[in-house]
Amino acid sequence: MEVVSSVRTPLVTSGKTVADVTEDICIRVEAAPPKTWMLAVLASLLLLGFGGFTLYYTIWDGIGMWGLNKTIGWAWDITNFVWWVGIGHAGTLISAILLLFRQKWRMSINRAAEAMTIFAVLCAAFFPLIHMGRLWVGFYWVLPLPNTFGSLWVNFNSPLLWDVFAISTYFTVSLVFWYLGLIPDFATIRDRAKNKVSKIIYGALSFGWTGGAKDWSRYETVSLILAGLATPLVLSVHTIVSFDFATSVIPGWHTTIFPPYFVAGAIFSGFAMVLTLMLITRKVYKLEDYITIGHIELMNIIILVTGSIVGIAYITEFFMAWYSGVPAEQYAFLNRMFGPYSWAYWTMMTCNVISPQLFWFKKIRTSLVATFILSIVVNIGMWFERFVIIVTSLHRDYIPSSWAKFSPTLYDIGDYVFTFGLFFTLFFLFAKFFPVINMAEVKSIIKAHTTTEKGEK
Amino acid sequence: MDTGKNYILGVYSDEDVLIKAVKKVKGAGVKIEEVFSPFPVHGLDEALGYKRSRLTIVAFMFGALGTTLALTMQFWMLGVDWPMIIGGKNFASLPTFVPVTFELTVLLSALGMVGTFFAVSNLKPYKQPRIFDVRITDDKHVMAIDLATNSSKKDAIKKVLQDSGAVEVNEKTFE
Repeated sequence: MEVVSSVRTPLVTSGKTVADVTEDICIRVEAAPPKTWMLAVLASLLLLGFGGFTLYYTIWDGIGMWGLNKTIGWAWDITNFVWWVGIGHAGTLISAILLLFRQKWRMSINRAAEAMTIFAVLCAAFFPLIHMGRLWVGFYWVLPLPNTFGSLWVNFNSPLLWDVFAISTYFTVSLVFWYLGLIPDFATIRDRAKNKVSKIIYGALSFGWTGGAKDWSRYETVSLILAGLATPLVLSVHTIVSFDFATSVIPGWHTTIFPPYFVAGAIFSGFAMVLTLMLITRKVYKLEDYITIGHIELMNIIILVTGSIVGIAYITEFFMAWYSGVPAEQYAFLNRMFGPYSWAYWTMMTCNVISPQLFWFKKIRTSLVATFILSIVVNIGMWFERFVIIVTSLHRDYIPSSWAKFSPTLYDIGDYVFTFGLFFTLFFLFAKFFPVINMAEVKSIIKAHTTTEKGEK
Repeated sequence: MDTGKNYILGVYSDEDVLIKAVKKVKGAGVKIEEVFSPFPVHGLDEALGYKRSRLTIVAFMFGALGTTLALTMQFWMLGVDWPMIIGGKNFASLPTFVPVTFELTVLLSALGMVGTFFAVSNLKPYKQPRIFDVRITDDKHVMAIDLATNSSKKDAIKKVLQDSGAVEVNEKTFE
């Protein structure tokens, strides 16, 4: 009989066996999708269609369709970009950093979180591409290719170019990491497949995986090294995104606190989005035994910690503005708090600083409803954070005659809606055709981390 | 590994029994072709006598290649081929080259290592794998023994497998 620790909370409940894991996860890929899934995909496609319409005009007529003006040259586009990249931080953080820390609870959430990361980074990359205006010549502007449009090579001193390298590397490495984990699970679906088409498709996707001990040994080495490589990578991406602002001389942007503050904010919003999606997936797919209340509580604790770091960063910014003695800095921050965009500022403060503090209460952080609501509130707050940083720092330019305000047009909104459509369409397709939980990893902990309701195995 | 024809398969349902069984079977003088598992079993590679993977060295070498390429590219482009005055600063300066150098190091290291792993383990989309038992990717561990490489009799091997705790002992023949 297996000895069950009474101290350690089980990671998988209801005495699931290894075969149960295969059955519970594969059935979602094999069975016809539920009606709710069809409706969800349809809704996402509607968003995508509406966004596609506005996107067509944004590309055809140029970014003059947006509400940008001479003073506010960056607004929703960059706000959305930073927001999506931030969301894209949780997946690789869960699979890489938590792997290095040997946190086994990552195993049942890493697959979906990594998928979410990849889709979020895709949505993020979309905004700078559109902002280039003529994106069909964008290759020459962002990649080190010899060209005759002005300067011969790209400028490696520019943070915007660092961004190109950071985002594309992050996307590629996350995709490779995710796919590597999928290979053994695709092999499981291949071996269970009844019809010929899925046997061929999942056979190709599984790369001919057989599960030999030699391959597993190499696989584990590769996962560990990839985690080691991805860990500094996760931290570097938002650091470099924050350099876009921090290396400028605009009051409100020109601060050295930006890199750690942005990274904390990214993890904060990323975990919130993971929770939003996982709570729905868990409910629809009945995965309560794999994603337990314990998992949700741990994620809420990470939100509480990173949310508090973000709160301290906001206060530090204000202190530094006052302590610097630079009137322009002081004005920029007072203007944030009490100026024409103070409503955005206070929305951000409420959502990001006050609301995560509710997670100090065990009742709230173990409540599914409260967690779901707060996870959305956090992401609203994080969108406003980027909006506040970008727009309020720009709108009162150096000469009062050029002071301006920003209001979004239909095309600003539509292009944002487009990324929502893209994100949810991809996520729902993933949830149907890919195993949503890393079966191989969960199976490896079944023996040590499951409850034995049956008494013995 | 893809050469044998006639195999004897020991099927196990518990990873701890499996590791003990590997030692027992090896102790009885039977040569194990390979052990297949649905998930990574820690200690199995050691029991089978596999050496530590050298893919870590591959990762380092690809990473070093990435660093070298990134630095050479940036210094050559901005310092030699087409120097530009940007804000009156040096044509080429190391600090601003650090982010791109870091990213390319990670990129080449990751892609190079995973590519090498696929190559040495012969993993590719159009591969037709030899599946000894479809339950390997579900919940069973399978120990494959190639009859051609073993001098012992079939029945003797079967006996060893049964004694080691196998829940099933099967035969498998490939065309």
